[in-house]
Amino acid sequence: MTTQLALSQLLNGLQLGVLLFLMAAGLTLVFGIMSFVNLAHGSLYMLGAYFGAATFANTDSFLLALLAAVAGAAAVGLVLDRFALTRLYERDHLDQVLATFGLILFFNEVIRIIWGPGSIFMQVPEALSATVELFGFAYPAYRFAIIVAGLAVALGLYLLIQKTRIGMLIRAGATNPHMVASLGVDIKGLNTLVFALGAGLAGLAGVMAGPIISVQPGMGEPVLILTLVVIIIGGLGSIRGAFYGALIVGVVDTLGRAFMPTVMRALFERNTADAAGPALASMLIYLLMAVVLALRPQGLFPAGSGATR
Amino acid sequence: MRKLLLALAAAGLMSVGASAQAPLRIGFVGELSGPQAPLGQDMYDAFMLAVEMNGGKLGGVPVQVIKEDSQLKPDVANQVVDKLLDKDRVQIVTGITFSNIMMAVHKKITERGVFLIGSNAGPSPIAGAQCSPYFFSTSWQNDNQAESVGKFASDKGYRNVIAMAPNYQAGKDAIAGFKRMYKGTVSDEIYTPLNQQDFSAELAQVAAKRPDALYVFYPGGLGVNFVKQFHQAGLNRSMTVMSVSTADGTTLPALRDTALGMMTGTAWGPDFPNEANQKFVAAFEKKYNRIPSQYAAQSYDAAQLLDSAIRKVRGKVDDKTAFHAALKAADFKSVRGNFKFGTNQFPVQDYYMFDVVKDAKGRATLRTVAKPLSNHVDAYAAQCNMKPL
Repeated sequence: MTTQLALSQLLNGLQLGVLLFLMAAGLTLVFGIMSFVNLAHGSLYMLGAYFGAATFANTDSFLLALLAAVAGAAAVGLVLDRFALTRLYERDHLDQVLATFGLILFFNEVIRIIWGPGSIFMQVPEALSATVELFGFAYPAYRFAIIVAGLAVALGLYLLIQKTRIGMLIRAGATNPHMVASLGVDIKGLNTLVFALGAGLAGLAGVMAGPIISVQPGMGEPVLILTLVVIIIGGLGSIRGAFYGALIVGVVDTLGRAFMPTVMRALFERNTADAAGPALASMLIYLLMAVVLALRPQGLFPAGSGATR
Repeated sequence: MRKLLLALAAAGLMSVGASAQAPLRIGFVGELSGPQAPLGQDMYDAFMLAVEMNGGKLGGVPVQVIKEDSQLKPDVANQVVDKLLDKDRVQIVTGITFSNIMMAVHKKITERGVFLIGSNAGPSPIAGAQCSPYFFSTSWQNDNQAESVGKFASDKGYRNVIAMAPNYQAGKDAIAGFKRMYKGTVSDEIYTPLNQQDFSAELAQVAAKRPDALYVFYPGGLGVNFVKQFHQAGLNRSMTVMSVSTADGTTLPALRDTALGMMTGTAWGPDFPNEANQKFVAAFEKKYNRIPSQYAAQSYDAAQLLDSAIRKVRGKVDDKTAFHAALKAADFKSVRGNFKFGTNQFPVQDYYMFDVVKDAKGRATLRTVAKPLSNHVDAYAAQCNMKPL
């Protein structure tokens, strides 16, 4: 194993990590502030990818595609929150899980009706279609751009939450929503805002993933599961937790897939290793989640204990 | 007055019923929903195209095709087949997109004495020990396409190949078939979980090992992901990628230019010059406005096979011995050109390699480049002890 290979795998992990962060940030805030379990978050990711792919195909402008994905997903999130989900805030978590699971099926079917069951094409923007030279090896320019964009969004979110009045209310809401409501803050409006913000970020993650993976019905579910793992590891309701959790999951998952088969082959006979290596590699993050749950059930960077700072 | 009209109408209906021949009922079972639906849809569309081109008839007999979606779920497939056999009383079943579905329904259909014309899935058990006189395949045994790529890689003199596939039965078969015919070194076999969408880690490993060529089996949406990421990593400039069921008629519309130069192995390509194929491709494009995939071609051949056999027995498919003999004769013009059945009633045919090029309209399509295997018999035919009907 060369240093270059290790570095390029680290970048791959980072790239997966920042995408997961965009997903996790919205989901964790919605959970932290509204105590609401939104399984349909993956559908917003899918919608973002479809809106982006359709816009890109029609306008040839990736910037417009980004805009359409973020605005479209946020708009759907807004409508969803106002007309469907507000009724569920006071219900228990099982009702929320059932209702939002129903929404997953609904959105997958809508997408299938509009765009068909197959995957649709989304090109890499021309300027980012090549590779970039980093530390002496070629790395896909588009993946590098995702890392940069993801980190920029993370910085923006940090500033929004730490330095603005809205951010202060969001932080307060995550720590003690009832107190915030008692102080006369329009908590309903704040909820809708947070929900739409989260939806927009999910849409952004979807459109950025579009040129890498196939844009197809049901593409949101595998990402949703990873996102839930991120939130549990990072700590519910904590943006900082979502950030570090996402990077940890991205890097552990990627390095596991890259090097676990080799490690297994060194330890076991070839056939056993080939069967067990990939399986174990894909289990790694769940093992990590189990360990975190056992030793630190509140997550590594829980909200409310000053950790959002 | 009204009664009179009714009576007249009833009389009219009865006379029509008596004079027209009752249509022959054919059940079509395929994957028609979910991410793999484009495969089943192509199979259904091509079958119906053949029926339509024959004026709603096969072998001169009107046919009624009853379409069922197996949803890629063996339990659902069992239910729809029960319905076809018990309620609709079909005399023939065709289609079957995936191998797990084939394994779930093959025994049930053939043991009823109903003919099953499989037009895609060809799992090894039904080509070998579990072969049945009531089953015919118009596609291939699953290993064959991979064998064709393996032979091609040897012919090309690639000394060092990395093989990649999803970690499930068909993925392992695809790599086993490749290794059966490939003489060089498979320096690494990479199995990824079936639900894994991003191959960044594996591609970085491949880039570091620098093989002469990469061999992959990633059907459907997985193939779209894989090829795009392979292209983005710039690996298309440093190695050839050979595939089975990855760059095919169902994924090329989503892959477009990123697939250019990829090699793929199967038994049929849209550019085959024979007359039957030219007619098929033109008619399919005209009706559905897309290039047919290999799945469409295999299903079109299933319809042509039925057409020839039904004509031979003059529509009397109940005479099973005669109908079986007529099917076995395979007396039709296949879009593949060379086509006959082996002892296990799978095709004995030629296998080709294709590369992805742009056609006159700028669409990505397959072009024939080599014929690694001629009159190829699958590896399991010897294990089939075909029982008499």
